[in-house]
Amino acid sequence: MANSSHSKPTRQMEYEKKQHKEEMKQQVITFVLMILFTFVAFGMVIMEVNSYFVIPTLIILAIVQVAFQLYYFMHMKNKGHNMPALMMYGGAAVAGLTIITFSSIIWW
Amino acid sequence: MSHEDVLNPKHMPHDPEKATLEGKNKFLAFWFFLGGETVLFASLFGTYIALNSSTAGENTPEHLFGLELVFLMTMMLLTSSLTSVYAMYHMKNHDFRKMQTWLAITVLLGLAFLGCEIYEFLHYIHEYEFTFGSSAFASAFYTLVGFHGGHVLFGLSWIVTLMIRNQKRGLNLYNAPKFYIASLYWHFIDVVWVFIFTVVYLMGKVG
Repeated sequence: MANSSHSKPTRQMEYEKKQHKEEMKQQVITFVLMILFTFVAFGMVIMEVNSYFVIPTLIILAIVQVAFQLYYFMHMKNKGHNMPALMMYGGAAVAGLTIITFSSIIWW
Repeated sequence: MSHEDVLNPKHMPHDPEKATLEGKNKFLAFWFFLGGETVLFASLFGTYIALNSSTAGENTPEHLFGLELVFLMTMMLLTSSLTSVYAMYHMKNHDFRKMQTWLAITVLLGLAFLGCEIYEFLHYIHEYEFTFGSSAFASAFYTLVGFHGGHVLFGLSWIVTLMIRNQKRGLNLYNAPKFYIASLYWHFIDVVWVFIFTVVYLMGKVG
């Protein structure tokens, strides 16, 4: 693309704008879902749902919400995010190990 | 073409934050940093989970926490995450004014969040005499939640500094990566908060 640095064809610009709009729409849907998850999580605790499943459900809701945040808001679903994914999953693995270690050191 | 022209093209490329080598490097390095931050917060969460039943008295998580304020704070931070997404949306469309406006809204929501957190801590200290040294639970709680609050404060100062410094420059390929990375940091703060409200407040109330 010889002229890419001087002037981009307007059609390309229009196309990109449309693409951005489409992505923004997805992000708003993501936001609505995240709000919904938050309501469910707080609702379960405030209404004192008494069950063994409350804590696992809370944790799953949190993990899904964080995945939304990472993949949509922070664009990890887009191309060119292999390294970020490696960093985050690496970090998450060490994080899990850290939490297990700390709890077992104190409670074993 | 001079260096200035390269950084100020007539039309912004598709990903202005990754159009220069410096932008690409910042992008990668920042994700590396976020991976490290994940581990840092995990050590604080691990400490909290291990110590939250060592309350040395009646100031237990269940006794202290009020979910109304935490719910409000969650909504503020979650909404501020969306407003910073809007800011980046306008950055990609090369609309500097709108990006600044949405960043300003993000900052206001962040400030409101911080105000609530300060009120919460003061409330615990004055009403319950629940201070940093009260119990192992207290130390772990203030360290974890306070560290997150410190991140909020840092993120706010960062975004405000960028906004003021670039106010007259407008958007170009030199500062686009800076704005993008600050917004990533802001999202990460919300990621950590999701685990805080789940593990500390909600699971604390369930007991």
